[in-house]
Amino acid sequence: MMKTTLTPGQRAGEMSMENVCKTYGADVLTKEVLKDCSFTLEKGRLTVLVGPSGCGKSTLINVLAGYEKPTSGRVSLDGEPVTGPGPDRLVVFQETALFPWMTTFENVSYGPRVRKELSGRELADTTMQLLKMVGLEDFAGKYPSQLSGGMQRRAELVRAMINHPKVMLMDEPFRGLDAMTRSLMQEYYVRLFEEHRGTNLFVTSELEEGIFLADRLVILTNHPCRVKKIMDVDLPRPREFSVMGSPEYLDIKREALELLHEEAMKSFAAGAVNAADFLEAYSKMGEEQARPKAGKDDGEGQRVTRTGSAYENH
Amino acid sequence: MNDRISRALAGIKNRTRSRTFWRGIFSLTVFTLLWELCTYLKAPIIGNVPAPSEVVSTLAVQLHNTYYWLSWKDSMIRIFTGFIIAQIIGVPLGLFLGANDRAREVLFPIFEIMRPVPPLAWVPVSVIFWPSAEMSMIFVTFLGAFFTVVLNIVEGITSIDVRYIRAAHSLGSSRSDIFWRVLLPASLPSVVVGMTVGMGITWAVVVAAEMVASKTGLGYLTWRGYVAGEFPLIVVGMMSIGIAGYFSSALIRLVGSRFTPWLKTR
Repeated sequence: MMKTTLTPGQRAGEMSMENVCKTYGADVLTKEVLKDCSFTLEKGRLTVLVGPSGCGKSTLINVLAGYEKPTSGRVSLDGEPVTGPGPDRLVVFQETALFPWMTTFENVSYGPRVRKELSGRELADTTMQLLKMVGLEDFAGKYPSQLSGGMQRRAELVRAMINHPKVMLMDEPFRGLDAMTRSLMQEYYVRLFEEHRGTNLFVTSELEEGIFLADRLVILTNHPCRVKKIMDVDLPRPREFSVMGSPEYLDIKREALELLHEEAMKSFAAGAVNAADFLEAYSKMGEEQARPKAGKDDGEGQRVTRTGSAYENH
Repeated sequence: MNDRISRALAGIKNRTRSRTFWRGIFSLTVFTLLWELCTYLKAPIIGNVPAPSEVVSTLAVQLHNTYYWLSWKDSMIRIFTGFIIAQIIGVPLGLFLGANDRAREVLFPIFEIMRPVPPLAWVPVSVIFWPSAEMSMIFVTFLGAFFTVVLNIVEGITSIDVRYIRAAHSLGSSRSDIFWRVLLPASLPSVVVGMTVGMGITWAVVVAAEMVASKTGLGYLTWRGYVAGEFPLIVVGMMSIGIAGYFSSALIRLVGSRFTPWLKTR
């Protein structure tokens, strides 16, 4: 199997989490969300986080972004401890966070404009160039409410990329998109990533999406959230959807599903509803593997429908 | 520019042609005819109301009367003076309270207590408090718009989705960027709603205040119709207040939509 040998992007950074714990509340009402989470976002690689519903993936993102402080443990970017949010670590949110009162152009150019790094002609050129890359050059003057869901995600993607962040944190960014748009977005995203080789963290509830995109796959446990296993995904790049039929892909999928299955069994024993869904889906895995599929679930918070990867529901 | 005018005209033409428009005309006509018929037949209760024909002839006389137009002018001046002062004080105060948690915790209880008091209940106090009747009327119109505006802005700012603020922080915004580029525009729709509602309240308040404390204005005009037994004049006064209120609110909405262009872009 071909290893990913592409060199990381110039501004890519390395981010790491060491023994991070996060608890909410106090005394008897304490809720432990993250427990001893340690992993590294390697420079210029795409790390994908998968884990059961409500396991604290969003909390993880918030801690990495600096919106929330860990109760204990250490988060660092290129060796420097993270103390708050900043343009070197950008989050692309689950739901669009484009400012509704700004046009696409104003939204995308926001970062460099407020930091006064670029202005006038230069800012306009850079912005338009990025918009062109994601096919939005004709929508520069439109407000987010005039864009489709997929366009909003693309605008959001370039609004983050224009800042050349050291790390991009993607919090289930394609959730809620219909199946067609979602696979298109996966293609756009994987191309952008392969072109820029930034350090990316991608959180998803869809195992198939995760494996398709990932260089490394981090599987999380539930209640509290810990790192269960880190798997290397050595599928060839540039990635094509056809990779999803390859035996290597299926091997990774099988292994990941088994790990997730174990977790689901534990949750099931603890009385979690979604675990039952997962188990049902898992039992269908055999037939799934027999016929490789191209379509994806739409991920709109649905219960398990077709694949074992959609065990999640918020 | 010409293009815009012709498009606007086409819009008006379309609306005139539409079924909705003619249905509206139809219902108004039927309403007027029924009203006329009821007064003609001396139907109970409604029979005492002046007939539309009388109202129209009184209106025709009033339209040539300087006093009638002075009533418009005086009410309008009171409305807009009170309203504009309420915005000048209310908008910055609302923004301040919305953006500053501590200030809100300290000052907001005062608003919570004052808010349920209907502005009309302020009329006697303000007549005593202010040296002139004019000032007391402007004061109550001010109150009518002030609370609504402040409360709407505070509500607008405190309900801003935290994702916008987080995104703005992440992208490197300074505190003033957050205020001017996020909090302010995000709360603008609530400001416009507050202004529109406030304008409605303002008219209710000024009419009552004029009946009590004034010798001019549309409210007084209506009251004089009652006192002098000129019943058609009452109806003329009522209709004038309705029209004045409608156009003031329409003006606010027009100005408001200029400031919030992203809201009507479907």
